[in-house]
Amino acid sequence: MRVNEKVALVTGGGSGIGEAICIRLAEEGATVIVSDINEDNAARVATVIGGNAVAMQQDVTSEQRWNQIMTEIVDRHGQLDILVNNAGIAILGTAEDASLKDWRATQSVNLDAVFLGTREAIKVMKKSGGGSIINISSIEGIIGEPEVAAYNASKGGVRIFTKSAALHCAAQEYAIRVNSVHPGFIATPMVGEVVGGMSEADGTAFESRILASIPVGHMGDPRDIAHGVLFLASDESSYMTGSELVIDGGYTAR
Amino acid sequence: MEEFASLKGKCALVTGAAGGIGAACAKKLMEAGASVMVTDVNVQQCEQVALALNEAGGTVFFDVHDVTSEADWERVVGATIAQCGGLDVLVNNAGIYIGGTLVENTLEQLNRINRVNIESIFLGMKNAAQAMKPGGVVGNGGSIINLSSVAGLIGVPGHTAYGSTKGAVRLYTKHAAVEFAALGYGIRVNSVHPGLIATDMGQLVLDDFVEIGLASDLAEAERMLLDMIPLSDLGKADDVANMVRFLASSASSYCTGAEFVVDGGMTAG
Repeated sequence: MRVNEKVALVTGGGSGIGEAICIRLAEEGATVIVSDINEDNAARVATVIGGNAVAMQQDVTSEQRWNQIMTEIVDRHGQLDILVNNAGIAILGTAEDASLKDWRATQSVNLDAVFLGTREAIKVMKKSGGGSIINISSIEGIIGEPEVAAYNASKGGVRIFTKSAALHCAAQEYAIRVNSVHPGFIATPMVGEVVGGMSEADGTAFESRILASIPVGHMGDPRDIAHGVLFLASDESSYMTGSELVIDGGYTAR
Repeated sequence: MEEFASLKGKCALVTGAAGGIGAACAKKLMEAGASVMVTDVNVQQCEQVALALNEAGGTVFFDVHDVTSEADWERVVGATIAQCGGLDVLVNNAGIYIGGTLVENTLEQLNRINRVNIESIFLGMKNAAQAMKPGGVVGNGGSIINLSSVAGLIGVPGHTAYGSTKGAVRLYTKHAAVEFAALGYGIRVNSVHPGLIATDMGQLVLDDFVEIGLASDLAEAERMLLDMIPLSDLGKADDVANMVRFLASSASSYCTGAEFVVDGGMTAG
């Protein structure tokens, strides 16, 4: 049991990578709070886990909701040991044609929410002797992809914000580690939606271009990311902070 | 439930296993269920590592190994397959540190560190991949982990010779990873980048800071180096070994060509 008796909050836990993370952390002994904007999805995952898993509806862009959720977690569990800022969206749009509305929506969910979650978690974790914050960035936070300009910017922001928060926590001696995870193309509903938003011909072309660009020749499984998150959540990574875990089938090595 | 990062039934070869990080890697891999071949040019100390791990219930073999010798690599890979029963994991850990300033370093020193730290990576990946790839004597694919360093990512005084070898290890890893994937070998290759770890080599770095005049004594050298580490502490060999175990196991099956930094935040700022 790698994270026995730890309390973990996973945003966007109702589907895809977040769901796999919730299940993996629970398997290794954590009490998991499954947060999602879609209440039914959060409830479904909490039910699949069973035991002491809890579902919470959360719009991660709401500062007020973050405060409520943290208060509720401390009231109910006394502490928070692991925060996985996983919630995210991807909207198609190049640097030339993305709308300001889509750009702002993307930064709001993918970057503002990571800031809010990290800030609020630090306040809670520093009182209970530390913790591990894991921000889900992307390979799109390391390299460019012309179809998703706003997503690129948001995930690049998450990557360096993570380092800033890690250095702050280290300097304050909070025993809070902050690291980022960079999934490559993973078979999830989000990738499916991006492809679904294209014409059939464009979608097929996009998929075959992506597959041809992944050295190992296939998309990853949400569990591949969950294993990495588990490693960062556990004490086995206690000397890691401000670091990046790239899980991408070799995509950024080429 | 799937046991996290299990290596039950796997066979691993760890070079440079007489030293701090290598010995810790061998122990973690053994504890995860692998049978392990530990090798080192210092065979007496290597034997002690193997004895201790076998007393702790492991299945661990040892061999003398000059990692710059092609003949030694052929013999050691053969012995690993014969004794452990296969080869699934190679930890290319053996390496040396030569300090000094660039203007004082000799070409002999540079040739020596390049041989031990870079040519060994080539020979190790070549011999392991030949056995691991489809049609090889083992043929089950595998995971190769190359020990680089934060000095393969950033500049540090006194580290021109060492750091350039570790930078080479970083890119060697990516090229091999992409090539092995393209050829369908089923072999993952990743690099690990420790920061300053409390080992004999870590001590050499402190000594060198005094030697080249960056610090007046060892205490000042240690303060200077600790100031570079946000977590304000040296790492432990086990911190690196935990990462190596993760990369050796199927828990990291979608990781290849990537770099894994275990440095207490040293390169984050």
